[in-house]
Amino acid sequence: MHYQTASWGTYMTPTRMLMDDPLERIERLASENAVVIFSISTCCMCHAIKRLFCGMGVNPAVHELDEDPRGKELERALMRLLGTSNVVPVVFIGGKLIGTMDRVMACHINGSLVPLLKQAGALWL
Amino acid sequence: MLLLMQNLGSASSAMEDNSQKTEDTSTEDNIDTDHKNNQTLRRLVQNREAARKSRLRKKAYVQQLENSRLRLAQLEQELQQVHQQGVFVANGVAADRGHSVVGNGALAFDMDYARWVDEHQRLINDIRLAINSQIGDNELHLLVDGVMTHYNELYKLKSIGAKADVFHILSGFWKTPAERCFMWLGGFRSSELLKIVRNHLEALTDPQLMAIYNLQHSSQQAEDALSQGMEALQQSLTETLSSTCSTGAGNVAEYMGQMAIAMTKLASLETFIHQADLLRQHTLQQLNRILTARQAARALLVINDFILRIRALNSLWLTCPKEY
Repeated sequence: MHYQTASWGTYMTPTRMLMDDPLERIERLASENAVVIFSISTCCMCHAIKRLFCGMGVNPAVHELDEDPRGKELERALMRLLGTSNVVPVVFIGGKLIGTMDRVMACHINGSLVPLLKQAGALWL
Repeated sequence: MLLLMQNLGSASSAMEDNSQKTEDTSTEDNIDTDHKNNQTLRRLVQNREAARKSRLRKKAYVQQLENSRLRLAQLEQELQQVHQQGVFVANGVAADRGHSVVGNGALAFDMDYARWVDEHQRLINDIRLAINSQIGDNELHLLVDGVMTHYNELYKLKSIGAKADVFHILSGFWKTPAERCFMWLGGFRSSELLKIVRNHLEALTDPQLMAIYNLQHSSQQAEDALSQGMEALQQSLTETLSSTCSTGAGNVAEYMGQMAIAMTKLASLETFIHQADLLRQHTLQQLNRILTARQAARALLVINDFILRIRALNSLWLTCPKEY
C-alpha cells in the first residue's frame, strides 16, 4: 500500500494506543477498503459520487464525517491534505488519494479510473 | 348596372308568367303587381350587392390578419435575437423572461456568449474550408486545437456566469428555445453528442471504436450520477422548505434557520453546473485524443451542423403559422 500523505506515524511511539492524529486515522480508514469515500450525509455531490461508483458495480466504504464524533478533525485534516475547503466528497482507491469529484470524473472520462479500480480489487470484469 | 340588366332579364321572364296569369285582371292590378315585382327585384339586387361587398370585406380582413401574424412572428424572432445579444428592452425588463430585476450577471453572460458563438462559428467555418481543400494534417490539427481551446473559453465564461446568476445558466435562456429542449444541467449532453458523432465518423479503427464506446459509456455514467445528485438536491430542498411548523412563537427563528439551510443547499447548484461543464470539457478533450486530426475536424463539423439545424428548426417554428 502506498501513501501520498506524510507518514507521521513512523515518529509515533508504539505505546500510543489511541490513534489521535486525524491524518493517521484517515490513512487507516482509507486503507481498510478498496474504495473509501469521505462524505457528509447531507451533501448532494457526495450522493452523486456514491451513485457513480454504485452504477459501476463498485461497493465503496463510506465514512460520513458528520456522523463521526471526531468528524470535524478529519475534515480539517482533509482540508490540509487537499489544499481546498471543499473537501467532500473525497475518494481513496487502494489506500491512495484520488481526489474530489473533479479528479474522479476526469479519471473516469480519460479511462484511468477503471484500471485503478481493477488494480485495487474493487472491480472484476 | 350590368347585373341590373341581367336581373331584369330573368325577372322579365318571371314576369311573363305573371303577366299570363294576370291577363284578365284590371290595369290597376297590373301596376300593383309590377310595383311589387320591382320592389322584390330591387331587394334582390341590393341583397346580392351587399353580400358581395361583405365577402370582399371579409377577404380583406382575413388577409390583414395573416399579414399581422407573419409580422408578429418576425418580431418575436428579432426580439429573441436581440435578447441574445444582450440589448435592453424599454425600461430594463427582459422581454421574454418576466423578471422585474435584470441581473447584470445574466446580461453580461448573454453578451459574452453571443460573441463566443460568433467566434466559434468563424473557427468552424475555417475548418470546413480547410477540410475541403488539400490541407495537411498538421495544419488541420492546429485548427482543431484552436476550437478546443476556444471551448475552454466557453466554460470559463459559464463559470463566471454561474457565480453571478446560477439560475440564468440553468434556465438556458441564453440558448434558443429549441436548443433548450436538448439541455441537461446547463449545457449539452456529452453522451448524446458522442452518439451523433459516432455515426458520421469514417475509417475508425477497432481500438478507436472501443475507446469511443468506453467514452460514451463513462460519460453516460457520470451524467446519471450528476442527475441523481440533482434529484437528491431537489428532494433535500423540498424537505427543508416544507418542514416549517405553522404555529408557535418560536416559528420565526425556526423559519430563518430553515431558510439558512436551504440557502447552503442552493449554493451547491453552482457546483453541479461546474461538474457538468467539466464533464463536457473532459469528454471533448478525450474525443480529441482518440481521433485523428481529420476525424476530429469532421466530428466538430458534425456537431456544428447539428446545432445549426436545431437553431434553424427554432426559426422555422417561430415563423410558420400553426394549424389549429
